[in-house]
Amino acid sequence: MEWLSDFGAIAVMQGFNGLSVFCVLLLMALGLAIIFGQMGVINMAHGEFLTVGAYTTYVISSLTLHYVPAMQPYYFFFAIVASFFIAGALGWLVEWAMISKLYHRPLDTLLATWGLSLVMQQAFRSIFGAREVGAEMPEWIMGSWAPTAAVDIPKNGLFVMGLTFLCTATIFLMLYRSRWGLQVRATMQNRVMSRAVGINTKKVDRMTFALGCGVAGVAGAAFTTIGSTGPTAGSLYIVDTFLTVVFGGAASLVGTIASAFTIAQAQSIMEFFLSGSMAKVLTLSAVILILMLRPQGLFSIKVRK
Amino acid sequence: MDSRLTSFLPRRLALGAAALSLLAASVFSQVALADEANTTGLAVTDTTVTVGQLHSATGTMAISETGAIQAERLAIDQINASGGILGRQIKVIQEDGASDWPTFAEKAKKLLESDKVATVFGCWTSASRKAVLPIFEKDNGLLYYPTFYEGLEQSKNVIYTGQEATQQILASLDWIAKEKGAKTFYLLGSDYIWPRTSMKIARKHIENVLHGTVVGEEYYPLGNTQFGSLTNKIKLKKPDVVFAAVVGGSNVAFYKQLKAAGITSDKQTLLTLSVTEDEMLGIGGENMKGFYSSMKYFQTLDNPNNKKFVEEFKAKYGKDSVIGDVTQAGYLGPWLWKAAVEKAGSFDVDKVVAASPGIELTTAPEGYVKVHENHHLWSKARIAEIQADGTFKVVHESELIEPNPFPKGYQ
Repeated sequence: MEWLSDFGAIAVMQGFNGLSVFCVLLLMALGLAIIFGQMGVINMAHGEFLTVGAYTTYVISSLTLHYVPAMQPYYFFFAIVASFFIAGALGWLVEWAMISKLYHRPLDTLLATWGLSLVMQQAFRSIFGAREVGAEMPEWIMGSWAPTAAVDIPKNGLFVMGLTFLCTATIFLMLYRSRWGLQVRATMQNRVMSRAVGINTKKVDRMTFALGCGVAGVAGAAFTTIGSTGPTAGSLYIVDTFLTVVFGGAASLVGTIASAFTIAQAQSIMEFFLSGSMAKVLTLSAVILILMLRPQGLFSIKVRK
Repeated sequence: MDSRLTSFLPRRLALGAAALSLLAASVFSQVALADEANTTGLAVTDTTVTVGQLHSATGTMAISETGAIQAERLAIDQINASGGILGRQIKVIQEDGASDWPTFAEKAKKLLESDKVATVFGCWTSASRKAVLPIFEKDNGLLYYPTFYEGLEQSKNVIYTGQEATQQILASLDWIAKEKGAKTFYLLGSDYIWPRTSMKIARKHIENVLHGTVVGEEYYPLGNTQFGSLTNKIKLKKPDVVFAAVVGGSNVAFYKQLKAAGITSDKQTLLTLSVTEDEMLGIGGENMKGFYSSMKYFQTLDNPNNKKFVEEFKAKYGKDSVIGDVTQAGYLGPWLWKAAVEKAGSFDVDKVVAASPGIELTTAPEGYVKVHENHHLWSKARIAEIQADGTFKVVHESELIEPNPFPKGYQ
């Protein structure tokens, strides 16, 4: 009987784990879904914008601890907002200086952004040192919430989950319910025609790219609760991020959500019954197989070409 | 023909001739000065000896290798300040392996074949060591390698100043089995050669010597940051001891998530092979409080050698700098080399290698080390309990352990 209740508790926790991996994947992929999905820009430096967010959080946590220790429990909210704006501003700058010169040249963009990622990694290393740093976490985000004696739900998982829902909902509203979103979707579907009807496509591009980078910054801030902050931390996530977006169907936000959910659950379940490395191999193989049969990804928007 | 060119030609010839004569002079002077201390054409003059340093100063591994680079420099500076080696000051040529194994090989070739360095202090990962090994053997170079590693290797051209797997693993498993009455073990690590070999040795020891059971053994890809399923499996299997060798960025995620899942030291014993003071900076003491780490050196070791070393290291690199196991092992390299060169009375690699076994270092921060015939060091295994502030409190110290890179019955 004890064994059974044990098993129930593990099942609940494992279910939560699947959801939590799903939220992490989705949060990482959101920014890229906007940049790659909506604009078609392959941004290899996406992971580094995530790192910008993580380091922003680290700096703010250190400053808080040093100057206003009383605010320590609440600094995290401020850090998330700051990460969004700093990463976003940097994205705006990069679009203006680099990406805008390279539209219609996807391969060059790939190379240029990859170079940018190397430059950014080395910049982090020069500024913050090669060693990994940890942001001091507020107490309420650490540890676990135990509804029963046998079940421990990680609080940071709950937090990331809440943040993911908030970000996704906001982006959905912006893309599908705002005038700006309409302009973005119009530009994406037919750039020439959009320009003809008076949309400033250059401005739209710049804002979209900045927004995508800003969301990456938020993800970076959130990940300081679960992972490490080092110069190359962003590159740990970049493969999974692209995988999620491509698998979902590049231009579809719903597709990204569905794909994050599928990959996360598959990964989580297989990890439990097999081993970590094996689960990864099987997940990747399954994704490749499905993409071979359905190259446009899970969801795609039908357009007449 | 353009007149400018014709007037230029003789000048260039003259320049070339001057350069040639300079070159000849330098070659000649080297030959002339090569005494019995240098019969193989190494970069040794009457007043200097040139050595190489080959670590990753950039890329993923820079995180780990920085400490070793700093410690080797400190030792070399100290040796120079105290009069150098055989009356010669050490000059360093530092090359960057850039966390890329072919680059390591290329730079090793450069150091040995064009710079003719007398010895090299370098490498961190086994992969980088394996990449440079054929070059050191072909060119008959000498490498001091600082990292604790999986063993199963012994080269005439390498002195291993870190521990091989049996030194780090067996004593710590014995201790935890005795101290905690541990019978069931969960083995886990990052998925590459060092954790896999270490866990293979651990499994044999647990099953054949301690008569315990391995209830789980698994590996996660390098850089993995999601350990939710693993924490659930640990809860399901309830092992007496979790024996971990997770490295790099994964390390931080792993311990943060253990804590978030409620797996803390009051409920679960954990012993790790891969957390030094360096890793602790990223993980944070509050996430590992009460867990155990097995290393041969901790910054908190209480002996006069170490107090002096820590003080000098911090004076040079700042008071916030930390010293991990490999950093200390890196510090041993130049001193061991100095002792061997002075014993041999020569910089010739063959003579230095022949003089190395039996070399003792009573000034080592870890206490005392001695070079074994198999080119590894006699050293102690130490277990430390991790404190909430991220420092290590040594709770167990073994006797000096003989290095055994090819353990019988463990392969």
